[in-house]
Amino acid sequence: MSASTFGSGIRRREDPRLITGSAAYTDDIVLPGTLHAAMLRSPYAHARINGIDTSAASEASGVVAVYTHADTVDEIAPAPCAWLLPNSGLTIAEYHCVAKDTVRYVGDIVAVVVAESCSQAYDALDLIDVDYEPLDAVIAPKAAAAEDAPQLHDEIKGNQAFHWTVTGGGDIDEAFGAADVVVKETIVQQRLIPNAMEPRAALARYVQATGELTLWNTTQNPHIVRFLCSLVNGVPEDKLRVIAPEVGGGFGSKIAVYPADFITVFCSKKLGVPVKWVETRSENYQATTHGRDHVQEIEMAATSDGRITGLRATVHAGMGAYLSTAAPGIPTILHGLMLSGVYDIPAIHEDVYGIYTNTTPVEAYRGAGRPEATFMVERLVDLLASRLGLDPAEVRRRNFIPKFDDGHDVVTGLTYDSGDYDGALTKLLGKAGYEGLRAEQAAAREKGRHIGLGLSTYVEICGLGPSQVAGAIGFQGGLWESAILRFHPSGKVNVMIGASPHGQGEETTFAQIVAGELGVSPEDVKVIHGDTESTPMGWGTYGSRTTAVGGAALALAARKIRDKAKIIAAHLLEAAVEDMEYEDGNFFVKGSPDTGKTIQDIALMANVAWNMPEGVEAGLEATSFYDPPNFVFPYGAHLAVVEVDSETGNVELKRYIAVDDCGPQINPVIVEGQVHGGIVQGIGQAMWEEGVYDEDGQLLTGTMLDYALPRADRLPDIEVHSTVTPSPHHPLGVKGIGEAGTIASTAAVYNAVIDALQPLGVASVNMPLTPERVWRSIQESQGRN
Amino acid sequence: MYAPEFDYHRAGSVAEAAELLSKHPDSKLLAGGHSLIPILKVRLASPSALIDIGRIDSLRGISSDGGTIRIGSLTTHAELASSEVLNVAATALSEAAGMIGDPAVRNRGTIGGNVAHADPASDLPAVLACLGAEFVISGPEGERTVGASDFFEGLMTTAVGEQDILTRIEVPASGPGEGSAYAKFAHPASRYAVIGAAARIASSGGTCTGASVALGGLVPAPVRAGAVEQALVGGPLTEESIAAASSAVADGLDDDEVLGDVYASAGYRKAVAHIWVRRAITAAAGRSG
Repeated sequence: MSASTFGSGIRRREDPRLITGSAAYTDDIVLPGTLHAAMLRSPYAHARINGIDTSAASEASGVVAVYTHADTVDEIAPAPCAWLLPNSGLTIAEYHCVAKDTVRYVGDIVAVVVAESCSQAYDALDLIDVDYEPLDAVIAPKAAAAEDAPQLHDEIKGNQAFHWTVTGGGDIDEAFGAADVVVKETIVQQRLIPNAMEPRAALARYVQATGELTLWNTTQNPHIVRFLCSLVNGVPEDKLRVIAPEVGGGFGSKIAVYPADFITVFCSKKLGVPVKWVETRSENYQATTHGRDHVQEIEMAATSDGRITGLRATVHAGMGAYLSTAAPGIPTILHGLMLSGVYDIPAIHEDVYGIYTNTTPVEAYRGAGRPEATFMVERLVDLLASRLGLDPAEVRRRNFIPKFDDGHDVVTGLTYDSGDYDGALTKLLGKAGYEGLRAEQAAAREKGRHIGLGLSTYVEICGLGPSQVAGAIGFQGGLWESAILRFHPSGKVNVMIGASPHGQGEETTFAQIVAGELGVSPEDVKVIHGDTESTPMGWGTYGSRTTAVGGAALALAARKIRDKAKIIAAHLLEAAVEDMEYEDGNFFVKGSPDTGKTIQDIALMANVAWNMPEGVEAGLEATSFYDPPNFVFPYGAHLAVVEVDSETGNVELKRYIAVDDCGPQINPVIVEGQVHGGIVQGIGQAMWEEGVYDEDGQLLTGTMLDYALPRADRLPDIEVHSTVTPSPHHPLGVKGIGEAGTIASTAAVYNAVIDALQPLGVASVNMPLTPERVWRSIQESQGRN
Repeated sequence: MYAPEFDYHRAGSVAEAAELLSKHPDSKLLAGGHSLIPILKVRLASPSALIDIGRIDSLRGISSDGGTIRIGSLTTHAELASSEVLNVAATALSEAAGMIGDPAVRNRGTIGGNVAHADPASDLPAVLACLGAEFVISGPEGERTVGASDFFEGLMTTAVGEQDILTRIEVPASGPGEGSAYAKFAHPASRYAVIGAAARIASSGGTCTGASVALGGLVPAPVRAGAVEQALVGGPLTEESIAAASSAVADGLDDDEVLGDVYASAGYRKAVAHIWVRRAITAAAGRSG
């Protein structure tokens, strides 16, 4: 196999255009005669609208149209929620794209202005007079669940969107009743704001003469946008083309189809000209979905020698004012089913209450449910170790699921595919020099310095997933992926995929898959994605599924090509198909590799079709739709080393060491990049990030001046290692890697800080671990003693 | 967001800028634009016109006659940070300039724009108050010079009037036996100062012979820490004595004036301010020897 194929760290082909500014994003697409839309958003978290006067705005310079609820209600259906969680009493609040008579979060759309220029549209927003009657708002999920809380939706009692439960294994009350030790904690998984580099945007062009509409949209899943848009806007799916051009990051926030997208489509349909909407960064903070927002009351039962016997939790998950497209599945299916972690836990029970609050809707955010699950389990394991006076590594070892390579059932109902959790931890401790670090920590403590070590051993669920399971868990779509692989006469290849990468590097890794399967050079393979008109149906890029599911579809398409090519080669070499062999792009009769036919020879013959075997069609092209038999379960072990300055409360991250196992790596450099980015996002939650509302529902961290994203100078070099355990059911053995870092790192850093503070008697600090919070926890602890 | 509509004029000289200011009463001066443009974009200000003074070369540059360092108001933070003259003779100023924002901000932002905007969380006001800088303002009545204590009037207000142009800042050069330093607790998002402490120390044989300490970040306008200065002068510059003197800083802070936000409350800032004061004094003392 040539050097630059499967498994090689070749450079990302996406990068030259991205780093030289020649990539075209939605806002870079300029169509003649385009009008610009701006959204008037509610400044109140909760208010009744008694009246709207749009007359001054309508007459303002350059303004073409102003629309309110009354103008749009007949032509834009409510924004849909597409994850109908079963057996949970799910109640879906009607989410009018333009608010009807009540606004329920700061950012809820009240009116839209369409004008000749963007500035004119924004100027006119100031001229719309809305008569608001403010109502009491409720922000925190537990407060919103209280009996006397302000109610968001008339038809929904107690602001409860759902109550979902997972129960597995033995009787949970018995497990706790019989436990030698029980450890408990309340954890606030604070609200996070995704901050993709490119804000969201939509450009809609409706052609009245044909009834066809093209929508350029910042999305992770253009086929889902087309499907939902056809339902909401009434444009037939065959006449609707959705293009995700270059998309500047998503992290989950570009999964949902938003009111502003549907409104932009409506405006173009109504006016018969292209209409563009590009959100401002302030709007992005206010109205693009947020992540996390859990309050978790958790406890673990164990024996006195540190064996876990039960895990019980109650979670209040803030959902925001409405349910975003995939929101109900995040704190439930993607969270609760993962509570066994890497451990054999004989009894698990969790209640999850999804609660409406007067805040921006919450959606998937990198990791989506699994970071919140990993944090719970890893925190409890550390608490258990601390209670029993055992090393956290030792308690993990006593509870790990033993090595398995073809399936292991956990009590939440999942079957993990393969794993060697102890192997990952052992490698981590070796690479980190764990024993030495513990000795350093002890020596530092003697001198009054506070060094902490934090472990996080995780398993996550990705490669979403079998479609049959999607149906069973209420996901209103399939979860397969597709690929078309087409050879041109010259031997060059186009690959069309239904998934929609937006920065993850699949244009490179998918070319490497084709290179590995068919012996062509990766440079000869162009990967096309993001346009519903040129790509086969697919469900999109999220949940670390693009390579795990779409990559499998591509590998299977390549294998179909190989089978066909072998038949053509046998015909050309006047040999029987059974006598043919294949190696690295060469098809030859057994024992005569020098007189074989290359894949390029066969591509040419198949395309000109001068001399084809009887009954074999012309062309060299294959399509595959891959529906995975199970999820894939990447895993790993991470260690954070911190030092806390007890005088200021400042936390310095000194080292970060990761061992991840995502199966065979198609491109180890890209894997490392994903691990780096993922870890940093998780560290962001532990250390800096928090979406804060005041009690009236005003977002206090609504700009980049206030919302602290991770910066390179606050981070150490990240030490990345791996182990390789193939997935038994995947054609390439690969698992996902896009979210693993985020899933592991928040808990690792948090555990490290608590470990550092242990001599000071601090048991918990709410995230993010700002200097003041750490300092106050030390002060309080010292005050107690 | 998008800024509301405004007219744009480019001035070729200070005189022309003054004339444009008088013609357009509701206008704002544009230098590096790093404070003004964001304010326009969030529509907190809507001037009818911007008068761009960014290309008036006479307002740019650093020169020294040995006793006084003259800094043109258009001098960028990057130029302050890399200035040999400042590194030697006003170390705290170049040190603080190097901690502002990020390279893009430092390459565009100017000292004049920074101090005229007078954001309480900005770094340079405290440093200039500490170093005893003087501010040269050109106005309709001619040129006048204002000391730091009169220049910074309060939260985002200075002695620069609507018809005035800040042309130059003068800083006394430190001599032998003197050193200065800046210590900063940076906000993790904005990089503005949660607490900024500047210190200038003169010493002789390990004894403090002169001290100037100023605080920014946690107060509406930079303040001198008089109690800390008094505690230092005449005493030894040991770790203990510096720590003891620094702890006096909280006494000089008016509780009603101390700023707090979501990230760091007023109470916390007041409680830990002494640490940054101590760090600045320690570094300045080290440089005074």
